[in-house]
Amino acid sequence: MEIPKSFLGYKRENSRAGTRNHVIILPVDDISNACAEAVANNIKGTIALPHSYGRLQFGADLELHFRTMIGTGCNPNVAAVIVIGIEPKWTKKIVDGIAKTGKPVEGFHIERTGDIGTTMKASKKAQEFVMWASEKQREECPLSDLWISVKCGESDTTSGLAANPTVGNLMDKLEPLGVHLCFGETSELTGAEQVCATRGATKEASEKFMKTWSSYNDFILKEATDDLSESQPTAGNIAGGLTTIEEKAFGNFQKIGNCKFIDVLEPAEEPTKGKGLYFMDTSSAAAECVTLQAAAGFNIHLFPTGQGNIVGNPIEPVVKLTANPLTVKGMGEHIDCDVSKILSREMNLSEAGDELIKTTLKVANGRLTCAEALGHREFVMTKLYRSA
Amino acid sequence: MATDIIIHDKKDNVGVVVIEKITPKQDCACWIMEDDSSTNIQSVDEIPLGHKIAMVDLKEGDTILKYGHDIGKVVKSIKKGEHVHVHNVKTKKW
Repeated sequence: MEIPKSFLGYKRENSRAGTRNHVIILPVDDISNACAEAVANNIKGTIALPHSYGRLQFGADLELHFRTMIGTGCNPNVAAVIVIGIEPKWTKKIVDGIAKTGKPVEGFHIERTGDIGTTMKASKKAQEFVMWASEKQREECPLSDLWISVKCGESDTTSGLAANPTVGNLMDKLEPLGVHLCFGETSELTGAEQVCATRGATKEASEKFMKTWSSYNDFILKEATDDLSESQPTAGNIAGGLTTIEEKAFGNFQKIGNCKFIDVLEPAEEPTKGKGLYFMDTSSAAAECVTLQAAAGFNIHLFPTGQGNIVGNPIEPVVKLTANPLTVKGMGEHIDCDVSKILSREMNLSEAGDELIKTTLKVANGRLTCAEALGHREFVMTKLYRSA
Repeated sequence: MATDIIIHDKKDNVGVVVIEKITPKQDCACWIMEDDSSTNIQSVDEIPLGHKIAMVDLKEGDTILKYGHDIGKVVKSIKKGEHVHVHNVKTKKW
């Protein structure tokens, strides 16, 4: 198949391109959710991103909170941002971080004004932003403007046999065309960590990966109360035939094809070494991982599933694929790309990779994903430890 | 001939059922992805889609190989053709 050289995206002020044109209402903290949701209810075409944290956090955990908030606002799928927090200082910090992209952003704090007054002021600005954004047109953008993140979920053995290798096949075909790629799920590489480390493009990248994996593994071993059965693998993984974390890891790892990773990113860290594949230190829980990858600037996500994970994200479209024929049959409304014919050998891996490229480009050009049509907007912050 | 079981790597001692289920004493056609070769096995247990079958006899302490790699240890002996899962295999990691 000849791969198209471009897609239709929204060009942003900082030369990135978006696959979506969202105006978001971003609460700084948990207690500002109500106001953010009130604004999004008032002004049609905006979306609120409620979440559970943002108070009394400190140190690396607070840095991650800011990085995730600012990164989400900076994502090229976002046209403009309203930030609402309880206090002015942290609200301003997030506004200033997003403003560096050149996109419209304005902050509001609730203290001394209350929810109703803040909702009124923020709604006026949100209306202005969304009407401005609605004039934006999709334009032809080079394929290299695609930043593709990947993560698998509710995996089973069909994931490792077919759905994950299909993503790997797409990576092998798109990496030479200059796209950015990102995989994560530190804990779910356990058992395959030595093999994964050999896929670092440099000695530094390999060493950084092993250090990151070891640190995560030490934390799991410290907190583990049993053999983690039903946590890793999950009950769904086990029902689908996956027996151990090692088996899950080797299946997971198929997603990167034959690519090598050029750097290891902190959670929600924006890649800065140019085109190519990156590994990001993330949780293996679907919504947490996708939220971090979106905050790092990735603008389209590929999500292979076995038993049928249904996750979505408010700003980064999540494309689902599966090779499990029972999942296609039972919950087809969640599946954007069916590659189950690989198992019956009516489709080979390269054909499946081509199908996934076609689906990815349709979604990049504006076709809604199943998760978008079904209203999946899971925005889940990663919290590193207890608050002060 | 239709494929009932897919094996990732020649070194693997387990295969994955890729039809809705296999029944006891079923003669199953296996496809080895690594070198596009074929083999056969007769099942002992009923095994559902996605679950693993032992391609050889395995005793306690043996290593299960899938993708050509170590994916855990046998904790209860397994006969060729039997179902391989959490009841007879455990992780070596956690």
